[in-house]
Amino acid sequence: MRMIVLATIGAFTIAFLAEAILENSGWSTAERTASSNVRLD
Amino acid sequence: MRKPVTNGIRIFLFILAFLFPLSLSAQEVDRSATGGAQTLEDILARQAGQTIDTTYQLEQLGDPESAAPSSADLGVLGGASDADIWRAYRWGETDLSVSSRTAAADVVMQDSGMKWLNFRAGPLRTYGGYLLLGMLGVLLLFYILRGKIRIEGEKTGTTIERFKPLERFGHWLLAISFIILAVTGLASLFGRVALIPLFGKEAFSAYAWIGKWVHNNISWAFMLALIWVFLFWVLHNLPSRHDIGWLLKGGGLFSKHSHPPAKKFNAGQKLIFWSVIILGGSISVSGLSLLFPFEFHLFSHTFSVLNNFGFDLPTELLPHEEMQLAVLWHSIVSFVLIAIILAHIYIGSVGMEGAYAAMGSGQVEKQWAKEHHSLWFEEVEKANSSTTPAE
Repeated sequence: MRMIVLATIGAFTIAFLAEAILENSGWSTAERTASSNVRLD
Repeated sequence: MRKPVTNGIRIFLFILAFLFPLSLSAQEVDRSATGGAQTLEDILARQAGQTIDTTYQLEQLGDPESAAPSSADLGVLGGASDADIWRAYRWGETDLSVSSRTAAADVVMQDSGMKWLNFRAGPLRTYGGYLLLGMLGVLLLFYILRGKIRIEGEKTGTTIERFKPLERFGHWLLAISFIILAVTGLASLFGRVALIPLFGKEAFSAYAWIGKWVHNNISWAFMLALIWVFLFWVLHNLPSRHDIGWLLKGGGLFSKHSHPPAKKFNAGQKLIFWSVIILGGSISVSGLSLLFPFEFHLFSHTFSVLNNFGFDLPTELLPHEEMQLAVLWHSIVSFVLIAIILAHIYIGSVGMEGAYAAMGSGQVEKQWAKEHHSLWFEEVEKANSSTTPAE
């Protein structure tokens, strides 16, 4: 049981770290998938 | 007044058209009368679920012959017609200026989205759901017929170490992250049909928002744990000659007093291991392409490789089509892996006495080890006796 608790804490620690690293890297999924103004030439 | 005979012929022809819709597609359809727009034959063929030849429409993009004369009232469209413009949008033949620089920004219209939506809301949910319920049913039936697999010999009251703390941490990191990913993933697929009717739209909206964050970010823990367990256990999971005997005897799962010899991992566990590595790896790759939208071109590359082996798959896919295929692949492979893991969870918990201890405390009853992993038990005992100083 102790190892399950430890692994759960580990999983969420990795999740928060991953999000922080991605945000600091400049990657933005929101920008990547942003809607765009379109003009027909 | 119409003659009854004429009406009868009309009805007969109408029924004939529905009974033999294939004959419609075989005809050479003259679309010049509609300027390239769909004809009655097209509509009937589409209703019959047939593939419609759209090359004529594709060739008619911006055709000057079909443009309105310059003397006519042109309006804002100039010489082009509405139909020309919408057709060009559909086939990606327009010259567009877009404010966003993303890969998919200049795709204004793509009709593969409808196929994706229908498949996701239809067969994917239906057959995926059946697969998981079917697996639960099989496990329940197995439990009813076979019962819990007990330790048959007399328990020794002593234990040996089966898994070290780092091995167990890797296993539980993988297990916890996978369960969270499975629950949040299934919720995103079945939320509309299963959770909204139960909890309402507002509650589901909050859950879905949190679930998406958790799914996206816990995935890194899953990928890390996947590498972790691979490095720890790959050598123990290479095939050995004992695996065939173990498989031929069904691992002794279906009969009492049958304990085919096995090393640290038996053939069943090896199958689970490689399923997790291969299917989990595939889910990770498709998941990465979803985490970084439009960055990868997994399917166009895969299809071009497969085409070398006689397949005829499309290799020019729109960015959205890549994402749609990634979602479907991600879901299908996940369903298969969840079904396999359900069986793994069953046999590692309620299905077999003494099995959970291996990952729980890391220590297993010696008699359990002797029965289920006799070759590994002998190795450990031999190693222990050689390191124990003589009295």
